[in-house]
Amino acid sequence: MEVPILKQGSYLIGSVQSALTDADLRQLRDVLVAKVGRFRSLGVIVDVTAMDVMDSFAARTLSDIAQMVRLRGAQMVIVGIQPEVAFSMVQLGLTLEGVATALDLEEGLSLLDMTTKNRGRNDLARLR
Amino acid sequence: MQKVQDRDPVVLTTKETSAELLRELVAHLRQNRAQLREEWARLITEAKLLTVMTREEIFAEATSVYDNYVEALETGTLEALQAYSRNLSERIIPRGVQTDEVLGIVLLLRDVLARSLFARSRTDFDKLNRILDAYEPAANRIATTVAVGFVQERERTIREQQEAIRELSTPVLQVRERLLILPIIGVIDPQRARQLTEQLLRGIRTNRARVVVIDITGVAAMDSNVANHLVLTVEASRLLGATVIVTGLSPEIAQTLVNIGVDLTKMNTVGDLQGGIEEAERLLGYKVVPVEKAES
Repeated sequence: MEVPILKQGSYLIGSVQSALTDADLRQLRDVLVAKVGRFRSLGVIVDVTAMDVMDSFAARTLSDIAQMVRLRGAQMVIVGIQPEVAFSMVQLGLTLEGVATALDLEEGLSLLDMTTKNRGRNDLARLR
Repeated sequence: MQKVQDRDPVVLTTKETSAELLRELVAHLRQNRAQLREEWARLITEAKLLTVMTREEIFAEATSVYDNYVEALETGTLEALQAYSRNLSERIIPRGVQTDEVLGIVLLLRDVLARSLFARSRTDFDKLNRILDAYEPAANRIATTVAVGFVQERERTIREQQEAIRELSTPVLQVRERLLILPIIGVIDPQRARQLTEQLLRGIRTNRARVVVIDITGVAAMDSNVANHLVLTVEASRLLGATVIVTGLSPEIAQTLVNIGVDLTKMNTVGDLQGGIEEAERLLGYKVVPVEKAES
């Protein structure tokens, strides 16, 4: 299932609705990396609340996306990892090194607000 | 049918004689109660058993054990003795009496009584034999009952304590909006570590915590399994968006962790709980000031 991507001010929000196949993940990666440039976004949030498993491919793709998005000039936050998922991930060694995480969408937004607030464009983008 | 009738009277007679002998024995033990009891108490002290108890206490216990022992010999039922040994165990276990001591005193009593039987029937060897035939199985059964009662009681105490520890185990407490503390006290075994992680991750979820302070001041030692589990917990918490600060690592634990080479680069550590909470408040943007200063 394709992941819907919403634009919210200067942020993009990818909201995962169900378990993702490898193809879905690749598609999410391509779309996000493209849209960050098109919308001149400062931040990207991927909400994985609905995922009840996270395999190594998913974890690697997510951290790849984070690196790519950063190279395109935006911050990425992964939000909504479930407690059980989090623990099985670290047991498999999938610690999403270098990727920001937050409890849920709200937290993720406030984290992005904090990390991007010195970048001026943010407030203007919000007004628009 | 014929056979059974043949055999029955024989069995009855042996039973009767055995019961008779036991009765005789019991009468003898009652008669010499004072002397035998004293002899026994003396032997207990000599053998340095029950050292945590005073002379008077030993004598008092010896008296009731003696009476229960004789009664068990007389009636052949062990219920009363079982109840008594449970009760006795309950009293003496908290004082640190060991299994070998309890077994030791019961065996001593068995020997004291056997000696007195020897002394009584030394002229009639045949009778002595029969008396001992009646006495020995009963005495051994009694010794087993008391020892088993003691061990069971001790196991029960241990089980209860384990459960109590498990229940007390791991409180996850909120001290400020979005700040949790998890004080860990005592030994961390793998099961407890798992339970601890589960509770913490759930606590982060429900309290929407952003910072967690794990205080391990009360943990005396830590092996590589537990240390690695702690690291996993810290990383899992980060995936939920919470920062973990570990406080109160003792010098011993710090040395162990470095020696066994646990990768602690991702762990945020502060000396004590106070420092940990202050650091957490800083991360959350709180500032604690004295009232007067805040007002002025």
